[in-house]
Amino acid sequence: MSDLLTPGDQLTEEAGEEQRPARGGLARYLASKLAGALTSLLLVVLLGFFLFRMLPGDPVQTMTAGREVTAEQIAELRERLGLSDPLWRQFLDYLGALLQGDFGDSFRYGRPVGDIILERLGPTILLAGTATVLAILLGLWLGVRSAWRHGSRFDRTATGVALTLWSVPTFWLGLIVLMVFAVGVGPLPGLFPTGGIRSIDPPPGLLPQILDVAHHLVLPCLTMVAVIFAQYQMVMRSSLLEEMGSDYLTTARAKGLREDLVRRRHAVPNALLPSVTLIFLHLGLVVSGAIMVETVFSWPGLGYLMVNALEYPDLPLMQGTFIVLAGTVIVMNVLADVVYRFLDPRVRAA
Amino acid sequence: MTTPTSTRALTWQRRGRALRTGWRSFRAQRGALAGLAVLLTIVALAVLAPVLTDESQLGIINTMSNPALAPPSGEFWLGTDENGRSVLLLTWWGARVSLLVGLAATLLSVFIGTFVGIVSAHFGGWLSAVLLRFTDFFLVLPSLVLAIALSTVLSRGVGTIVLAIGLTAWPTTARLVRAQTLTVQARPYIERSTALGAGHGHLIAKHILPGVLPLVFANTTLAVASAVIAESTLSFLGLGDPTQISWGSMLKFAMDSGAVTNGAWWYLLPPGLGIVCVVLSFTLCGRGLETVLNPRLRGR
Repeated sequence: MSDLLTPGDQLTEEAGEEQRPARGGLARYLASKLAGALTSLLLVVLLGFFLFRMLPGDPVQTMTAGREVTAEQIAELRERLGLSDPLWRQFLDYLGALLQGDFGDSFRYGRPVGDIILERLGPTILLAGTATVLAILLGLWLGVRSAWRHGSRFDRTATGVALTLWSVPTFWLGLIVLMVFAVGVGPLPGLFPTGGIRSIDPPPGLLPQILDVAHHLVLPCLTMVAVIFAQYQMVMRSSLLEEMGSDYLTTARAKGLREDLVRRRHAVPNALLPSVTLIFLHLGLVVSGAIMVETVFSWPGLGYLMVNALEYPDLPLMQGTFIVLAGTVIVMNVLADVVYRFLDPRVRAA
Repeated sequence: MTTPTSTRALTWQRRGRALRTGWRSFRAQRGALAGLAVLLTIVALAVLAPVLTDESQLGIINTMSNPALAPPSGEFWLGTDENGRSVLLLTWWGARVSLLVGLAATLLSVFIGTFVGIVSAHFGGWLSAVLLRFTDFFLVLPSLVLAIALSTVLSRGVGTIVLAIGLTAWPTTARLVRAQTLTVQARPYIERSTALGAGHGHLIAKHILPGVLPLVFANTTLAVASAVIAESTLSFLGLGDPTQISWGSMLKFAMDSGAVTNGAWWYLLPPGLGIVCVVLSFTLCGRGLETVLNPRLRGR
């Protein structure tokens, strides 16, 4: 996926950044990170605000399209939406409201954007969360196995498959999965629903309803896992390879430890560090990575909401989703920094 | 070998030697070589499309009599689309726009990235701090979200897509170039050059750029891969120019015309496989180049 970075390169940047000798304690470190994150958040709000103001077309015209409206009504609507104020005034109003958790009202739904986003957050977290957990488990397991026997047939196959899946556009994979497993090809009947999160008439009872959602979750989740597991695999593989020649592994073997104990107790914990950082860095990106999967499977999450808002075009809703999606990444980045500090004793001591 | 007389000739001889060693080490990697071969084939086919195929068959008016959404047959090897056009022909021509947008967007992003990277590393001071902050900010922004936002705001078209991808993809290059510039600048010959009175322009053009460019080149190859995917994604969302055939817009039309529910696999597979081939080849070449430039990766 274009949205995610090439495995490894951001990591080396981060590592380089962290190795600078710290001039002060943890509190100071955290404060500087938080200040940076707040600046970024403010920039996101600024960007979101002014970017979407440049949209072609008049929101009032879009809203009143196909209806008989008088000039007074249009003027009143403009006044109510605050569109006739100067731009800086609009921005300050927007910022003030935002600080109180008010994202404005959606043009399309006529309801507060914050409420709509909250509603859509659940499905996105369900989809992205399940997919991430599965992708991490699969990726780390494959990465460890292929690094431990690097150059073997297993390693070559696993790396080849990972690189190929990495090159596949998410939405295309989704379309193929949709055609094969939801519509059915040849003798194969459609096994899974084609979209949405639940059936039109959900079965009664809690358990059947949960199963119904799970049934809908299978295909989008599968698609997402297939696209994102490769990066975890590649990072795990290369960081374990870094450790492979280390002296402490020779020592462990000389002690007479069995090979899989050497791997499990000594090599993997050390190699896990960069992967954990990467996982946290990507947690934020995963939410926006779900955009295409949600669009193909009409999964009622944040990404689908954003794409729908683009088509309308629903200005406050677009701003809201943009700020939330970008904000998630920024918050997760701060978390990644903190986690990294706690996990790596060398950085903690510095 | 004749002994060269001028410094210029000496330089070129040295560069030629380095190039030959690099090529030998690139050639030793089977994956990279295969990627290069596939890539050259696709590029050649895309360039020669107007010579080898009949462009008039891309117009809907000329294909009205053909069957719509027909499966592969002797006449249409890869079947037809909803307008009776040959999918093979569409895929062939789609390669042109997809490759062109991918390359142009990458050039733009690599240009911005290299510029920002070198300036922020070379000049230092507040300018460097601001640029670094700016880069970090763009690095964490989800680029797909930003690209979608940009391409909605600007008027629809191929140029907009190039701009949207180029303006969102540069921060990785900038960080990479910055790091490399800092390494190059620490070398003694830069100090010597400064002592001899070289200005910023001379330093950057004659000493820093040659040291940074090989890495930028490897990075570019990898960046094209993401740009091609980004192009198809944005076109699929309907943000591209609807009159230009690209692999992404083909998939959009396939979805809109119900190819998925009709099981028209011949319409879905070719453009997607085209993207996968191009992206995978660029990735393999890029990894190969990285290995050539960074001996630490060898044997992986």
